[in-house]
Amino acid sequence: MSIFALAFMQRALVAALLSGIMSPAVGTYIVQRRLSLLGDGLGHVAIAGVGLALITGWAPTPVAIVVCVIGAVAIELARQSGRAPADVGLAILFYGGLAAGVLMAGISGKGSGVLSQYLFGSLTTVSASDVIVVAAMTLVIVTLCLGLAPQLFAVCADEEYARSQGLPVRALELCIVVMASVAVAVSMRTVGLLLVSAMMVVPVAAANNLVTGFRRSLTVAMGIGLAVSAVGVIGSFYWNTAPGATIVVSAIVVFMVSTPIGTLLRRRRSLTSEDDPIVRAAGGHVRTEGTTPATDRGSSEQLPDFPISQMERKADER
Amino acid sequence: MTIGSEDVLACRDLCVSLGGHQILVDIDMQVRRAEAVALLGANGSGKSTLVKALLGLVPISAGTVWLFGEPLSRFTQWQRIGYVPQRGQSSVANATVREIVSTGRLAHRRAFRRLSATDRAVIDESLERVGLSARAKDPIGILSGGQQQRALLARALASQAELLVMDEPLAALDLDTQKSLTELFGTLTSDGLSILVVLHGLGPMAQIIDRCVMLRTGHKVYDGPLEPSDANGTGGHHRAAPGPEPYLPDPGLVRPLDTGEGH
Repeated sequence: MSIFALAFMQRALVAALLSGIMSPAVGTYIVQRRLSLLGDGLGHVAIAGVGLALITGWAPTPVAIVVCVIGAVAIELARQSGRAPADVGLAILFYGGLAAGVLMAGISGKGSGVLSQYLFGSLTTVSASDVIVVAAMTLVIVTLCLGLAPQLFAVCADEEYARSQGLPVRALELCIVVMASVAVAVSMRTVGLLLVSAMMVVPVAAANNLVTGFRRSLTVAMGIGLAVSAVGVIGSFYWNTAPGATIVVSAIVVFMVSTPIGTLLRRRRSLTSEDDPIVRAAGGHVRTEGTTPATDRGSSEQLPDFPISQMERKADER
Repeated sequence: MTIGSEDVLACRDLCVSLGGHQILVDIDMQVRRAEAVALLGANGSGKSTLVKALLGLVPISAGTVWLFGEPLSRFTQWQRIGYVPQRGQSSVANATVREIVSTGRLAHRRAFRRLSATDRAVIDESLERVGLSARAKDPIGILSGGQQQRALLARALASQAELLVMDEPLAALDLDTQKSLTELFGTLTSDGLSILVVLHGLGPMAQIIDRCVMLRTGHKVYDGPLEPSDANGTGGHHRAAPGPEPYLPDPGLVRPLDTGEGH
């Protein structure tokens, strides 16, 4: 295809595909921890990083990563220490980031208009060094998200239980938030800071509609992220639209389609599982002599069986 | 008081304050190997807080906790402890029952390693023991309250712990299931497992409880066998609370043993 002969399109596509895999991988944990809007706030903080880069002349992506990680760590440490900033505190941090970014962009002499390419993404601005940074960060984050999946999942599913098993819960929670802030900052070239949060949430929501199980929905979410990023970048070239908006609208279309499909799948699953034999667990190895309650009114013969009656099962599936 | 070599869990002068309120005051207690101890008391008496403090889940303001002879701050062998929290903790609705139970193996696993064949076998066995094998692939969110409770129990069993700490594990279960699980606990304790269990009412669990500790507004008011008349009979390791007239468990709460055999 002709558009891939263009060097900037190649870079934009690679960067978009990488952040399309990375964002939903982190997003799976963010959504489970009910921090869906954290990415949005971190996007605002990253704008301060962009402003700083405009003033100093440094490369925007690394500066945005550093500023965003500092913001995320500050929020998480405050939360862990019990001095959880109320939403007012968070709002001040986020709007402070946005205002500082716009202010610094103005001071740099480039005007706040230059920020829009970071807010909504821009195909032509992805530099070769950006691609390298995005690739390195994607490698690290995807490795952590998949390799530490059992530990991170345990923390998201039941924090207290994870602690009772000796997991370093605080470090893992910090890890999730830091990964989210990196994902936000490196996605700003393609998806843009105002929409990056959508890529952490929408593919995950669509995957949760389509499949059962944490691990599978993690994989499917990454696949959806990859697909909508490809569609979004190519679409934005032909329609001359902002890539971030195109990617996110594609993701939302997938989500909307996934909703009725998911309902159908669940209905089919529950129909087939109704034919499953009722489990008769506990038989054999649970029973011990001398522990049968003497008060039992003759039903002690059936004790080892769990009374999961057909009725209870059907009621559950409804 | 010193820690006996048989003590898998012990605490001395344990105090816990939360939000400026003193929740637990000078608690001394221990659980010995293969012993099943019930923690009783009214709502708000500090039972759950005590269990959490013993596992290091809430900060301790004074006193010492030993797990398997090791002070809590230095304890690292968490695979020896299985914990069943009170139901209603956050859970990921889309996760399968098996995924939740698998987290019970975490203390045995290293990071970046897949589940071993042993892990898998233990998880399957734990699911079977609570009667959830057929629901293993279902999302936990669609299960009934009792089934979710059993999944949490299977998760604790999957840790193959030597001490099971449970906070009202049978609360959401029907009587028959309570009896079946009580039998399971009975088998496990006769194999050497120790149990510390928070109970609201004893129910079928009375069959396997060796000793009960009762709390009232953060103070230990009773520590001894279930039946007051039994206190001298079983002698040995049972110890009544100090003081001229120890409070005895509410007769309505503690049903006397039917057979009195325990283990």
